[in-house]
Amino acid sequence: MSPRLGQTPSQTVGPYVSMAFPREGDNVLPVPDGGERIVITGVVYDGDRNHIEDAVIETWQANPYGRYNHPDDTREEVPLDPTWTGFARAMTDFETGAYRIETVKPGRVPDLEGDFQAPHIAVIVQGRGMLNPVFTRIYFSDEEEANADDLVLRQVPEARRHTLIAQLEPGSDPKTYRFDIRFQGDDETVFFDF
Amino acid sequence: MSEPIVRHYGPKAYSDHPPFKYPDYKSTIKRSPTHDPIKVVATLTETTGPGPAWAEITPEDADLTTNAGTGSPAIGERIIVTGRVLDENGNGVPDTIVEVWQANACGRYVHWRETAFPAPLDPNFIGVGQCKTDAEGNYRFLTIKPGAYPWGNHPNAWRPPHIHFSILGPALVTRLVTQMYFEGDPLLFQDPMYNSVPPHARERLVARYDHDVTEENWALGWRFDIVLRGPNGNVEEMEEE
Repeated sequence: MSPRLGQTPSQTVGPYVSMAFPREGDNVLPVPDGGERIVITGVVYDGDRNHIEDAVIETWQANPYGRYNHPDDTREEVPLDPTWTGFARAMTDFETGAYRIETVKPGRVPDLEGDFQAPHIAVIVQGRGMLNPVFTRIYFSDEEEANADDLVLRQVPEARRHTLIAQLEPGSDPKTYRFDIRFQGDDETVFFDF
Repeated sequence: MSEPIVRHYGPKAYSDHPPFKYPDYKSTIKRSPTHDPIKVVATLTETTGPGPAWAEITPEDADLTTNAGTGSPAIGERIIVTGRVLDENGNGVPDTIVEVWQANACGRYVHWRETAFPAPLDPNFIGVGQCKTDAEGNYRFLTIKPGAYPWGNHPNAWRPPHIHFSILGPALVTRLVTQMYFEGDPLLFQDPMYNSVPPHARERLVARYDHDVTEENWALGWRFDIVLRGPNGNVEEMEEE
């Protein structure tokens, strides 16, 4: 094998990223066949529990049948509407630190043990003051049984798992899940190194 | 039922990247996690990603000297910025979106955030562009050289001229946002973002002047290659049942 090239170092998106993205509508995915509209919303907090006013949230997820729009997801028998990208971008609000993504609940995708993962959405958070992206995952509070068996969640210390569970707001229509993201503190969000 | 392809990517090389917390860049102090990230083997979720499927772009998006759409060109030193997006094995990353944003020639961004820096805006420059890499991973922008600008991080702090780059790549784990600096820039020594990178890796953020890229009577050429995490060659196609 030839010598590997060195990775280009990460840098912050800085304070002016919103001139490039997200673009209008990037935080609203279409409802594909078989999908049910859900909303994910929350606030991003820094170590002083001040809201972060300029964070970029990117999400990546499977469609309602549990298939990704990606050439490596070769499961032709699982339906895929090609207009489904599965990718959303949002920016936190300058005044409140809140973000909002309108999407659909993802289906279950394979894990590495011949089973299926609990429904989840991958999240990348970046912002001014962040020299590297952080990766986390959104799971759903109304999927307790699937969450209990999930390959990735099982590797998180039990006391910290709650930081990965988006909480369904009772009576919300469309179903709205609250998912705050916290840097530092007793309830710091779990971040992953994949 | 068939199984998807789950590629194995080499790890993030932490020793080549900035730390999460770098106190000389003050904003990192409260915006960095205190726990180490939890190491988990990537699943299909992380070995796929939006890069291949996402975003429609036009060739005009790669020309920042005219994409303000006013019919008049942006003011500044016209430059070509080109290079390849590669994986760690030296293979080009094809068909991936490269997004850029930058200040104008005077060091001013087109952004609503207040700035105390009294530099003029250029009505013919928006400072945002995008293009898609070709089959060999090549990208190319025409733009103007961004100016330096002051900021409040430390006394007499100036950001060296730089262009922000965002690349999705083939998988979630290849996501990269970085900044490109210019060879020989005298402001690099005092820039905490540049210096947050371990010394041996800093030059990877520096574009080189390339006279072969320069076009006669038109624009100066700079070359900047970008290396993403790559598959480690151990591609596994899970057994069909």
